Amino acid sequence: MRELTFVEATLEALDSAMARDPSIFVVGEGIGERGGNFNTTVGLYDKYGPERLCDTPISERGFVGMCAGAAMTGTRPVVDFMFFDFILDAFGELVNQIAKMQYMSSGRLKMPILLRGAIGIGHSAATHHSGSYYPIFAHLPGFRVVVPSVPSDAKGLFATALQSDDPVLFLEHKSLLFNRGEVPEGEYTIPFGQARVAREGTDCTLVAIGSMVDKTLAACERLAEEGISCEVIDPRTIAPLDMETVLASVHKTGRLLIVDETFQPCGVGAEISAQVIDRGFDDLDAPIRRLNGAHVPTPYSPTLEEAIVPEAAEIEQSIRDLLAE
Amino acid sequence: MPESEQLLALYREMLIIRYTEEQLARSHQMGLIHGACHTYVGEEAIATGVCAHLRPDDAVFSTHRGHGHALAKGVSPHEVIAELFGRSTGCSEGRGGSMHLFKPEVGMMGTSGIVGPCILQATGAGYSFKLLKSDQIGVAFFGDGAVNNGAFHEGLNLASIWKLPTLFVCENNMYATEVPFAYSAGNPHVGNRGPAYGMESVTVDGNDVLAVCEAAGEAVQRARGGEGPTLIECRTYRTRAHAEGMRDAGYRTPEEVEAWKARDPITRYNGWLLENEEAGPETLAAIEAEVKEMVADAEEFARNSPWPEADTVSEHVFSQR
Ligand SMILES: Cc1ncc(C[n+]2csc(CCOP(=O)(O)OP(=O)(O)O)c2C)c(N)n1
Ligand SMILES: [Mg+2]
Repeated sequence: MRELTFVEATLEALDSAMARDPSIFVVGEGIGERGGNFNTTVGLYDKYGPERLCDTPISERGFVGMCAGAAMTGTRPVVDFMFFDFILDAFGELVNQIAKMQYMSSGRLKMPILLRGAIGIGHSAATHHSGSYYPIFAHLPGFRVVVPSVPSDAKGLFATALQSDDPVLFLEHKSLLFNRGEVPEGEYTIPFGQARVAREGTDCTLVAIGSMVDKTLAACERLAEEGISCEVIDPRTIAPLDMETVLASVHKTGRLLIVDETFQPCGVGAEISAQVIDRGFDDLDAPIRRLNGAHVPTPYSPTLEEAIVPEAAEIEQSIRDLLAE
Repeated sequence: MPESEQLLALYREMLIIRYTEEQLARSHQMGLIHGACHTYVGEEAIATGVCAHLRPDDAVFSTHRGHGHALAKGVSPHEVIAELFGRSTGCSEGRGGSMHLFKPEVGMMGTSGIVGPCILQATGAGYSFKLLKSDQIGVAFFGDGAVNNGAFHEGLNLASIWKLPTLFVCENNMYATEVPFAYSAGNPHVGNRGPAYGMESVTVDGNDVLAVCEAAGEAVQRARGGEGPTLIECRTYRTRAHAEGMRDAGYRTPEEVEAWKARDPITRYNGWLLENEEAGPETLAAIEAEVKEMVADAEEFARNSPWPEADTVSEHVFSQR
């Protein structure tokens, strides 16, 4: 099969959706003629013109609020933040308006808005360009939160997001954006709330998110040489979260480690652990473990940056520790 | 008109910024700078002309393009270059990099990776100083891009209604990354927006250090005297790419770039000093040589500085009292 980057994969999904649905438009800084800071809209300006590829001033609260109004009145905005960090300037619009609009209007209004941006730590981007923040949004009722780990998922999930009538946050890790992977031709969708089993195994269950999936698979590869068999689950969407797949796996393995670059307190791992304890307590042969990035703002210097992100060796050690329990 | 000695100090300050930026650009190409690097080349007259009036206890709040502000406010090239190299001797001990340069000891309250907050924080400094009955002032430097952000509207209005001792210095270099200000602003003038907020405002040639210096002098005096804030629009241009390593084509013409290079603030000021016999060529050459050596020394210092220790990474999330 042909290989595409994440960026090329979502661009394909966006292009075909825009060709079919004239109500879709994209806003953001540099997403017009320039094609996006991360090349997320390359070529679309020439095809669809400046009204559907709308370059904005640096007015995050302004254009997010504007897109809420647009989504309530018959169009489908896609907001491209380049760095996801910049969404925080629009937090009030998101939490008080966008997330609640369908509920407040007792379902008569829809909120088909797609908000995308690059997340994650790497390349000394420092603390204003390294945030992920998805647990915050997953905490709130009303958002769909997508964090893909391979280009083929990115394409299918992006296509689903473009058809969704709910607000969707689509978050891609910066270090993955230009990674290549096999991507099917043509249009397809992947439903939200359906995890992908990235590797099957019997000794322990690993839930890994975003950029942690590849690192976790690398750790499992090494352990496999010693006959240790790990199962790796990529939830793909944090909200909704596919707990059935996790519970079925823990039922088989009895052991669970959650690997996530974002902060541990009140995070995705905490939620998964609580649900497994609640619904799968008798399946557990060991305490549930979490491995996260350090609970600090992201430092600039490479020596500090390296120290806060879980790497394959650290994941491997955490798996060994879990198996020794 | 500043005294002779001050005139030369302006020249020296602009050179410190220029040579440091050129060094950083070379270091970036060599891979010594791991993160982003937005240079201030072409805009040196603004930070120099404004900061000439500031004391170490005045508070400067800056942007992503903030090396010049830090240097003009008194952070040494050694600490700036070391910070961009990610070393523990940098002004933020390697935690920040280009977009998080801090040295509160000299009133450098931070460069920023987010466009906008500097305007509000300088307003807040003005509030503090008013409350404390001090004659200190707050200064925000920001680009034309920030003018379209809600922070501009809210900050200027707050400073105006409470007559805060704050300077709002807009560095209008005509583009926000690749987006022309003429496209993104319904009113393409910044300097005439002051009256909309009930505030003094002025537009100056941002490539003329003496013009900036004069306008800033009046604004600083107004602020220290309790007469409220001023908005200063400085018309300027960045002659390098938005950030090092980024493409710099397709959105502006080579002719436009060349025309602005011909208005280079340092070359112009050099000519002015000679023409008005404020300094001879030997004096200026000596300053150039001294600054060159200082920046070379700073680079060497940075390159030989230690990396931050990984086990310090969790320090300073909270106060350590
Ligand atoms: C809130 C926010 N949105 C977007 C960005 C991305 N960004 C960084 S610099 C920049 C352009 C800034 O233009 P301007 O304010 O004119 O400053 P200049 O780079 O021209 O000096 C943009 C859009 C950001 N840093 N912060
Ligand atoms: Mg600008």
